[in-house]
Amino acid sequence: MRRVSLSVTSRESITGYLFFLPWIIGFIVFTVYPVLYSVYISLHEIQISGDGTIRATWKGLLYYYEAMQVDTVFSAYLYDALLHIACATPVIVVVALVIALFLSKRYPLRTFFRGVFFLPVIIMSGPVISDLLGKYSLGLTDESPLLFSFMSSLPPFLQNPVFFVLDNLVLILWFSGVQILLFIAGLNKIGPELYEAASIDGASAWESFWKITMPHLKPFALLSAVYSIMEVANYANLDVNGKIQSHLHEIGRPYSFSSAMSWIYFLAVLILLGFAFLILGGAKRKGDAK
Amino acid sequence: MKALLRQKGVINRALLGDRRRPGILSSLLYFILLGGIGFLFLYPVLYMGVQSIMTPADITDPGIEWIPTAIYSGNYSKAFATLDFQKAFVNSLYLSVTPALLTTISSGFIGYGLARFRFPGKQRWLVLLVATFFIPSQVTMIPRFMMFSRYQIINTPWTQFLPAAFGQGIKSALFVLIFMQFFSSYPTALDEAAAIDGAGRMGVFFRIAVPMARPAIVISVLFSFVWYWNETTQASLFFGTQIKTLPMRLGSFADSYNTIYGSSANAANAANALNEAISMAGTFLSIMPLLLLYFVLQRQFVESIERSGITGE
Repeated sequence: MRRVSLSVTSRESITGYLFFLPWIIGFIVFTVYPVLYSVYISLHEIQISGDGTIRATWKGLLYYYEAMQVDTVFSAYLYDALLHIACATPVIVVVALVIALFLSKRYPLRTFFRGVFFLPVIIMSGPVISDLLGKYSLGLTDESPLLFSFMSSLPPFLQNPVFFVLDNLVLILWFSGVQILLFIAGLNKIGPELYEAASIDGASAWESFWKITMPHLKPFALLSAVYSIMEVANYANLDVNGKIQSHLHEIGRPYSFSSAMSWIYFLAVLILLGFAFLILGGAKRKGDAK
Repeated sequence: MKALLRQKGVINRALLGDRRRPGILSSLLYFILLGGIGFLFLYPVLYMGVQSIMTPADITDPGIEWIPTAIYSGNYSKAFATLDFQKAFVNSLYLSVTPALLTTISSGFIGYGLARFRFPGKQRWLVLLVATFFIPSQVTMIPRFMMFSRYQIINTPWTQFLPAAFGQGIKSALFVLIFMQFFSSYPTALDEAAAIDGAGRMGVFFRIAVPMARPAIVISVLFSFVWYWNETTQASLFFGTQIKTLPMRLGSFADSYNTIYGSSANAANAANALNEAISMAGTFLSIMPLLLLYFVLQRQFVESIERSGITGE
């Protein structure tokens, strides 16, 4: 009897592995190997001879040093990209939350508005954005002198981010389509009985928003923040992404310099992701709920 | 006094609304806010639509901003030729539909394996699967490029098809998780019943599991299709010199225009010079297939994320 049950479980795990096998193969060939190889070439000088053989010479952190210290624009592009991500993410999350709060109520034209807010997800590609959004900016700060003088009175460390957000408002909004739907899904998961109970206990709508809605949405805020960071970081029109690609075939240091830059960028984005987890992760509510 | 209070209550409810019905004031606020933000969202698209039908005279006329004097289709015929629309459209279609189907099939199998079977190390594999979502394409792109060059499939569609077929396409991890969610949401008794009736593992998968996961299939096909259609960074590196998709053609719009109609530097060509209207018509043409798809299938796109179950548990 025992033998039979053992063979059933091992047969199950074999079948499971068979279904899962394509992913393991793909993961090793198209992800693990490229990631490791990318580290390798970022530390080596790569020479490709005519017959296609590759010779690698150890260079240590030379290309990382060149990227940060020697190259005239990379560090500026990197800073811009990080500023872009760090400014856009909170705006996307907050705007998506506000829109989701409105869209989750039963107002007329709800489906229409959802369609409008989701539209950018469908049509957004690098060339389309540079054509549509690159040619005009909202120019809020140029047109209104009042706003401009208000902004100038802000402390300098705040000025850059605020100017940035105002100038790129539409672009930032266009990244919030998926996040809005995430929040709506989150809102739909909160049982109405919670609000009923709170209102019987005398809580106002305002109170139950902060005490019920917000804590429940926290995991969804984290999810949208992470999604936003990844989306914005991969956005093809960021100068840093163009820079990485433009050095790919550079004579003298093919592949290596690009790889080093992409690693620096990736690590910087990871730090931003870490911040998002620190701020929004908080106590493990998800674990409690189970 | 009591009547007055009740009246006040009625007015309050009409203005602010209650649990069942939104009131006038909150409805007004809702429309102003959503309408305003919605306009900001659509502004670039509306602007594009209007600009693309303007005559060259209308564009230079500072008095005309939104309403053109006539509807002019010349921009579209020029943009159509510049984009090499028919060819680029077929390329785009082929290079988005195929990887979308491959991603869906592979994610379906992988998700099924994760959802319905217990095998050693599953939790660890799952962690790795989620981790792949965080690895940006910039990091894997260069070694993949070198690998594809070595196997001489660079500049062929295989560079896009192979990763998709093995669950490493654009955001594949997401689709695997969605399939997993769907496949684990129905009772095992169904599988067992089918197995007793003589269905093999594959029979159970195709006859029981696949029909159950129809919404997941729709999500996976639609979203992969759109993401592959819009992807230009990897695509232009892997096959961009040989095969041009619509977004790529749009990216080099100005250059191709000048080779066809002559550069604007040449005074004789001034009448044909590339202007805002023509490039807006080009942009519109390049997103039109997606817009049509979205108008037809808007529900599936928008409701999908709620039904996907990706949001939690």
